[in-house]
Amino acid sequence: MMHGRPWFRVLALVLGFAFLYVPIISLVVFSFNESRLVTVWGGFSTKWYGALIQNQQILDAAWLSLKVAAVSATLAVVLGTFAGMILARFGPFRGRTLLSGMTTAPLVMPEVITGLSLLLLFVTLEQLIGWPAGRGMTTIIIAHVTFAMAFVTVVVQSRLAQVDESLEEAAQDLGARPAKVFFLITLPIIFPALLSGWLLAFTLSLDDLVIASFVAGPGSSTLPMVVFSKVRLGVSPDINALATILVAVVAVGVVVAGIAMSRQQKLRDRDAQMALAANQQMIESLKKG
Amino acid sequence: MATSPRDSQLKFEPWTDPEAQPYVRIDRVTKKFGDFIAVDDVSLGIYKKEIFCLLGASGCGKTTLLRMLAGFERPTAGRIYIDGVDMTDIPPYERPVNMMFQSYALFPHMTVEQNVAFGLKQDRISKPEIAKRVTEMLELVKLGQFAKRKPHQLSGGQRQRVALARALVKKPKLLLLDEPLAALDKKLREHTQFELINIQETLGVTFIVVTHDQEEAMTLSSRIGLMNHGEIVQVGTPTEIYEYPNSRFVSEFIGSVNIFEGRLIEDEPSYVRIESDDLERPIFVDHGVSSAPGATVWAAIRPEKMLMSREKPEGQDNWTPATVRDIAYMGDLSIYLLRLASGKVVRVTQPNVYRHADERITWDEQVYLHWDPSSPVVVTK
Amino acid sequence: MIGRVLHRLGLDGRTAVIAVPYLWLLMFFLVPFVIVLKISFSDAQISMPPYQPLLHWVSEKALQIQLNFGNFAFLVEDNLYWKAYLNSIWVAGVSTLLCLLIGYPMAYAIARSQSSTRNILLLLVILPFWTSFLLRVYAWIGILKNNGLINNTLMALGVIDQPIQMLQTDFAVYVGIVYSYLPFMILPLYANLEKLDLTLLEAAADLGCRPWKSFLKVTLPLSLPGIIAGCLLVFIPAVGEFVIPALLGDPGMLMIGKVLWTEFFNNRDWPVASAVAIALLLFLVIPIMFFQRAQDAEAGGGAHR
Repeated sequence: MMHGRPWFRVLALVLGFAFLYVPIISLVVFSFNESRLVTVWGGFSTKWYGALIQNQQILDAAWLSLKVAAVSATLAVVLGTFAGMILARFGPFRGRTLLSGMTTAPLVMPEVITGLSLLLLFVTLEQLIGWPAGRGMTTIIIAHVTFAMAFVTVVVQSRLAQVDESLEEAAQDLGARPAKVFFLITLPIIFPALLSGWLLAFTLSLDDLVIASFVAGPGSSTLPMVVFSKVRLGVSPDINALATILVAVVAVGVVVAGIAMSRQQKLRDRDAQMALAANQQMIESLKKG
Repeated sequence: MATSPRDSQLKFEPWTDPEAQPYVRIDRVTKKFGDFIAVDDVSLGIYKKEIFCLLGASGCGKTTLLRMLAGFERPTAGRIYIDGVDMTDIPPYERPVNMMFQSYALFPHMTVEQNVAFGLKQDRISKPEIAKRVTEMLELVKLGQFAKRKPHQLSGGQRQRVALARALVKKPKLLLLDEPLAALDKKLREHTQFELINIQETLGVTFIVVTHDQEEAMTLSSRIGLMNHGEIVQVGTPTEIYEYPNSRFVSEFIGSVNIFEGRLIEDEPSYVRIESDDLERPIFVDHGVSSAPGATVWAAIRPEKMLMSREKPEGQDNWTPATVRDIAYMGDLSIYLLRLASGKVVRVTQPNVYRHADERITWDEQVYLHWDPSSPVVVTK
Repeated sequence: MIGRVLHRLGLDGRTAVIAVPYLWLLMFFLVPFVIVLKISFSDAQISMPPYQPLLHWVSEKALQIQLNFGNFAFLVEDNLYWKAYLNSIWVAGVSTLLCLLIGYPMAYAIARSQSSTRNILLLLVILPFWTSFLLRVYAWIGILKNNGLINNTLMALGVIDQPIQMLQTDFAVYVGIVYSYLPFMILPLYANLEKLDLTLLEAAADLGCRPWKSFLKVTLPLSLPGIIAGCLLVFIPAVGEFVIPALLGDPGMLMIGKVLWTEFFNNRDWPVASAVAIALLLFLVIPIMFFQRAQDAEAGGGAHR
C-alpha cells in the first residue's frame, strides 16, 4: 500500500512542519535573550519573565481575558449544543435554512464586519433601552459567544451525525421522553465533543483581537488588545516571554490530550479482544448444544 | 431442535376463529413521504401470541409499517389499534410496545444490566423490583455472567440478546423486531431462531418481525404477511404461502418455482385443463379455478414436485420430455436444470437417494418430467 | 413542569428548543447587519454616536426617513476603496492558492501515514492553532525584520551583505496569511483524504495507471470537496483580514480590513465604515453561500423524515 514515493511525503511533512514551528521556536528561544534587540543574541536570561510578571497592565488584561473566555466558552457550548442538536436531529422545519446560515456564516465572516456590526448594535440598544450601559465585559462576552457558538455547533453537529439515531429512538421506545433522552443518552455520548468545543471556544475568545477592539469599553482591555498596542511599536521581549508561557501551557495540554487518546485506544483494543473471546465462548457452548 | 410438535404449535390458529378479535388492528394505514407512497392502504389483523412476519424485499414498506407500530412515524391516513386502544397519535414513549432494533441500539455508556434496567427505570419501578426482573431476564437470555460488561465488550450474538432482554423486560403487549437475525452468522442464526421461538412461547408476548429473509420468515412465523410496493400481497401461514400462493409474485418470491403460462381449455368446478405453448401435452389440475374461460393463467409447479423418470409415463396430461442441461450437486439434494423442446428451462430438485453417481440421472440425458395433478397451483395474476 | 408552562404559552417543547439559539442569533448576528445597513445610509456628525439618525419625527404623526447614498457613491468615486477591495481579493486569492499548494501535500502525507503516527501528526498540526494567532504573527516580525532572524543568518553566512527588506512588504503579508491559515486548509483536506478508499488507487494501478496519473484521475477529483472547503475557509476571512496587514505589511498597503478599521477608529466615520462593511458583505455573500452548501453536503444535510 506504499503508493507513490514515500520520500516525497516525508519531505512534505518535514518542510511543512518546519514552516509551522520555526516561528514558534524562535519566540521561545528569544524570550531567554539577555539583549533587548530580540533577534540579536546577548546571552541567556530570564529577566523578561520577571518584567512580565510585574507588568500590571498585562496582568489585568490577562485576568480579564481569562474570565471572559471562561464565561463565553460555557455559554457558547450551551447555545452551540442546542443549535447542533436542532440541525442534526430535528429534521426540516420552517426557518431551518436561516438557522443553518446563521450558524455557518460566523465561521468565515471577517472579524472587522462582525466587530463593527456588534458595536453598532450595542450603541443602538443603549440608545433605545439603556442596556447595555457602556461597553465592557458584558459586551465582549456577548460578542464572543455569538461567533464561538458557530464553531461549537459544527463540532456538535458532526459528532451527532456519527451517533446512531436508533439509540435515541430506543430510549424513547423504552419510555423516556425527549428531554430525558437528551440528558440520559445523548449528552453522555457526545460529552467529549462538548469538551473539545469548550476548549475551542475558550481559545477563540482568549485570542480575539479585532472584535474585542470594537466592542470593548474604555476600562476593559483584553490581553490581545494590550499585546497588539505593544507590538505595533516593534518587537518586545516580554511579549516573547508571554508567548513562551502560552506555548508551554498549550504544549502540556496537547501532550495530556495525546496520552489520554492513546490510553483510550488501548482500552478500546482490550474491549475488542474481550468481545472476540466472548464470541469464541458462545460458539463453543453452541457446539455442546 | 424440536423433538415433537408442540401442542401450542398444532392448535394455534386464532385467525380461523370467527369470534376472535385481532390484538393489533392496522386499519387502512397509508404513509407518504412527499410523493412517494411507502405504505399503501394496508389493513391487517394480528392476534395475541402470534409471531407475525412482515416479509418483503428492500423498499417494500415493511420497515415503515413497523415504525408506525412503534410510533416513530405517523400514518398519513388510517388508524392503528393495539388491544382495542387507538394508538395512532400516541408517542413511542407512551405505547405498551417495545422494539428490538436492527443495529441493537445498545447504550454504549451503560453496562448490560443498566441497559436492560433502563426501561423499567422510566416506569419508576422500585429498585429491588428492577433488580429482580433484570436478573430474571438475563438468565432467560443466558447472559447472567455478563451483566457488568459494556456493549463493546460483547460479541454480536450477545449484544442481540441484550437488545432482546431490554425490550422484553417491560413485558410489552407487543414486541417489534427489525431484521433480528440479519447481523448474525449462519450457524448462530439457526440456533437463535429456535431460541427466539422458545422465549416467545415462554413469555407469551406477541411478536411482529420484519425480515427480507424467507427462510427466517418460514421458520419463525405463525403467519407471514408478504409485502410488495407498500401493499400486503398475501397473508397466510408458511404452508399456505408456499403451497397456495395467490399470484405469480408470491409464488416466485418464496422458494423457487416453475411457471407455465397457458390458457384454460377446460374449466370445470372440480378440475381444469391448461394448454401451454411450452408443453406438448396439457396440464391437468385436480381443482377448480375461478377465471373466465380462455383467459390466460399461470400454472406454478415447485421444483420438488416435478419428478424425473427414464420410462415414458402413461396418460394424456402432466408430462413432457426434457433434456438435462445442468446439475448442481448440493450433497443432500441435486438441482437439475432441464430444457424442454420449446426452449424453456425447468428447475427440478431431487434428493440424492442413490449414493453411487452412476445410478443418478446425468447431463444431457433425455428424461420424462411428470407431476401429480394436485401439484400445480393455478394463479390468475 | 416547564412543559406545562410552555403548553400554556401555546408552545411545544420542540419550538422552545429551537427558539433559544434562534433568538440569540437573530438578535446578535442578524439584527446587527441590519443596523450596519441602516447606518451606512447615514451621515457622520460630531456626536455620540457619531452619525445622524435616519428617522426624524417631522411632526407628531409624520416620520421622515433620510437615506444618504452618498457614502456608497463615495466608495465608488474614491480610488482608495475599490482599489483596496480588489487588492484584498487578489491577496486573499494568492494566499489561498499558496496555502493549498503547501497544505495539500501535508494533508495527503498525514492521511497516508500509519495510524499510530497519524494522531501525533494531527496534534502537531493543531498545536499552533491553539497558540495565539496574534503572537504567531508577531513572531514573524522578529523573523522578517531587517535585523531579524533571516537577515542575521544570511549575513552571518555571508550570503548577503545588506539586509533584505522583507517586513512591511506585500511578501510579509502573504507569508503571514499563509502561515496563520494553514491549519484551516489542512484539516478539511485531511478529513476528506482520510476517507479515501485506497482500494480505488489499487484498482487504478491494476488497470495500468502510473502513481502520478492515478493521483490526478482518482485522488484529486475525489478530494475536491475538501479542497473547496479548505479554500473557502481561508479565502473568505482573508479578504477582510486586518491584523496581518497591520503588523506585517507596508503602512500604505491597501487592504479592505485595514480601511474599515481606519475609517472607524481613526476617522471616526462610522457611516463610511458601515458602507465599506456592507459592500464587503455583498461581495462575500456568494462565497459564504458556497461554503454553507459545502458544509451541508459534508454534514449529510441533517434533514430527514
